Amino acid sequence: MAESKPTISFHDFTSCEGCQLQVLNCEDELLDILGAVDIVEFREAIDDKADSYDVAFIEGAFTRESDRKRLETIRSKAGIVVALGACACTGGLNVLKNFRGLEKSMKTVYGDSADWYETSQALPVEAAIKVDYKVHGCPIPRQEFLEVVTSLLAGRTPRIPDHPVCVECKLRENECLYHKSQYCMGPLARAGCDAWCPSYGGRCYACRGLISDPNNQAAFDVLEEFGLTIDDVLTEFRLFNGVYDVSQPPTEARVEKQ
Amino acid sequence: MAKSLDINVHHLTRVEGHGNIVVRASDGKVEKCVLEIVETPRVFESMIEGLRWRDTSLLTCRICGICSVAHTTASILATDEAFGLELSPESLTLRKLLMYAEVLQSHVLHVYFLAAPDAFGAPSVIPLASSHPEVVKRALKLKKLANYTCAVLCGRHVHPISLVPGGFTYVPPKKGLVELKQLYADARADIEATVETISGVLDKFPSFEREREDISLVRDDEYAIYNGELKSSKAGQIDHRDYLEFIKEKCVEHSTSKHVYNVEESFAVGALSRFNNNSAQLNEFGVAAAKALGLEAPCHNPYLNNVAQVVEAAHAYQEAVNCLDELIAADLTEEKLAPNVVPKAGRGVGATEAPRGLLIHDYTYDENGVCTEANCIIPTGMNLGNIDRDMQKYVPEVIEDRSQDQIEHDLEMLVRAYDPCISCSVHLLKVDWV
Repeated sequence: MAESKPTISFHDFTSCEGCQLQVLNCEDELLDILGAVDIVEFREAIDDKADSYDVAFIEGAFTRESDRKRLETIRSKAGIVVALGACACTGGLNVLKNFRGLEKSMKTVYGDSADWYETSQALPVEAAIKVDYKVHGCPIPRQEFLEVVTSLLAGRTPRIPDHPVCVECKLRENECLYHKSQYCMGPLARAGCDAWCPSYGGRCYACRGLISDPNNQAAFDVLEEFGLTIDDVLTEFRLFNGVYDVSQPPTEARVEKQ
Repeated sequence: MAKSLDINVHHLTRVEGHGNIVVRASDGKVEKCVLEIVETPRVFESMIEGLRWRDTSLLTCRICGICSVAHTTASILATDEAFGLELSPESLTLRKLLMYAEVLQSHVLHVYFLAAPDAFGAPSVIPLASSHPEVVKRALKLKKLANYTCAVLCGRHVHPISLVPGGFTYVPPKKGLVELKQLYADARADIEATVETISGVLDKFPSFEREREDISLVRDDEYAIYNGELKSSKAGQIDHRDYLEFIKEKCVEHSTSKHVYNVEESFAVGALSRFNNNSAQLNEFGVAAAKALGLEAPCHNPYLNNVAQVVEAAHAYQEAVNCLDELIAADLTEEKLAPNVVPKAGRGVGATEAPRGLLIHDYTYDENGVCTEANCIIPTGMNLGNIDRDMQKYVPEVIEDRSQDQIEHDLEMLVRAYDPCISCSVHLLKVDWV
């Protein structure tokens, strides 16, 4: 078996499958990756199904109890599990439904037949199984996916940034959105996207989640300086970070306990 | 010989989202033949309520990563209409170019990566990388071109950033546009080669026909992709705001997405429907591709949706080149693109053509620009009934002559031909059971 290439698989749960598309969007690297690994399961692109994987990438949030078994099966077959994208890492925007009330949400969409469908709180994948690494973002930046793949192939720990998006924004010399009277989550948001949205005139919604040791007081100070309160920004905050509790300092550890 | 069939394709591969094909037949008689939709409910309609106008497209584009530009476009068209926003000619051209790029990207991805392996007798595109490397490299090059177009214009293809109600939050640099123009010039031969490659495998598509109703957008002045009114091949033309007149929903037991009907029990949307309704408006490059591929309207072989996608890829390519010429000549500035949005209470309907068919977002906003109600109609949801009916006609036609494995393969190909985006289809449609 020493000769065989490492096996990689992709699995999808509740998501838009855009992060798997980001993988296919690594056009320049895709053929090299195919040369270095065996992709043994990738429902969106190939027919095969496998019995074990060296690295399993999981896209999508855990949103119904019956998916727990599928997740556990993947975990038991995989050497390393990587959560791919915001939905898998933090539950992503699926978590919004938790705030709308599950029963009410299902009623809004499915009317009298709401009972026919199974749903539960939208949660990160690690609410069900142990996750070894996370590729954050909605969508994931291709460069981070490539960093994780090459690191795991080389047997080293992938370098995932843990500093705020503001740092990257400054490096790109973007005008601060607060100076344009726009709320931005940059001070708390995990970098690694090269300040993708602010560089194209968008605000940062922290789709890559929060850094593990955010300076909450500084974030509150910025809000206060610009005349905003937590309530003003809660809708935006929850778009991607509903999994974090805003009443207390959000940390990575809290997500893991969910 | 009277035959029995028991086909259960659990979680069909090479499609976006989760679906099962289930066929049961005994003594040559088909008892069940359906595409089951088993995607998880995502309840977007509930999630969007209470969001401010600037966040609505940000949420709804995440219904689908593959048709992210189309979802954003339908969403911002709805918001534009609700607020009565005027778009500058430059913003309009930019939006159209993004749509053409997405059509090109999605059709190339689907034809080469998802459908072509069937034609080449491979289980996926991966073995094709060694057996037909030139084909796979060409596919990657075209896909990259379309992706790069989105990167230059709005930051990225998956969940575009600067594509917002009223205009753009970012001014694409002229240097980028000029670079794109050169890349498009280089890619012309790749489009021609794509047409040639698919011409060479036309005999792999089953010759099956079922008369159908085609619904698409239509415009007087161009082959409608970005926006337009609704056209049915059997029921004429209506205003896009009256979409519910054509799209009547009904509930079925085997799908978490509702089925739809109009004149017939089901209707079709997508590349072949657009081609059937609007082929007279294709540009020269599109016409040449259709001719080379022998595709003529009306075509009622659903397998040839893949061929219509190639025709549209050629058309979209040429339109994209024209848009780029306009944009380079226009000298884009922040002033020309700035989204000057003043929210007001109202309802707006955005109707656009996603790569896989007609897409509608319908939003109601309150006076603060907060969304109070939303309805979205997704192309794959509309095609599901048609897929079932195609399968139900096809299986009895071939049950005696083809093996269970062959029929299973044909049905997988049939579902794939529609290029279904299953996770899309259940995200918003309301579902009841009969």
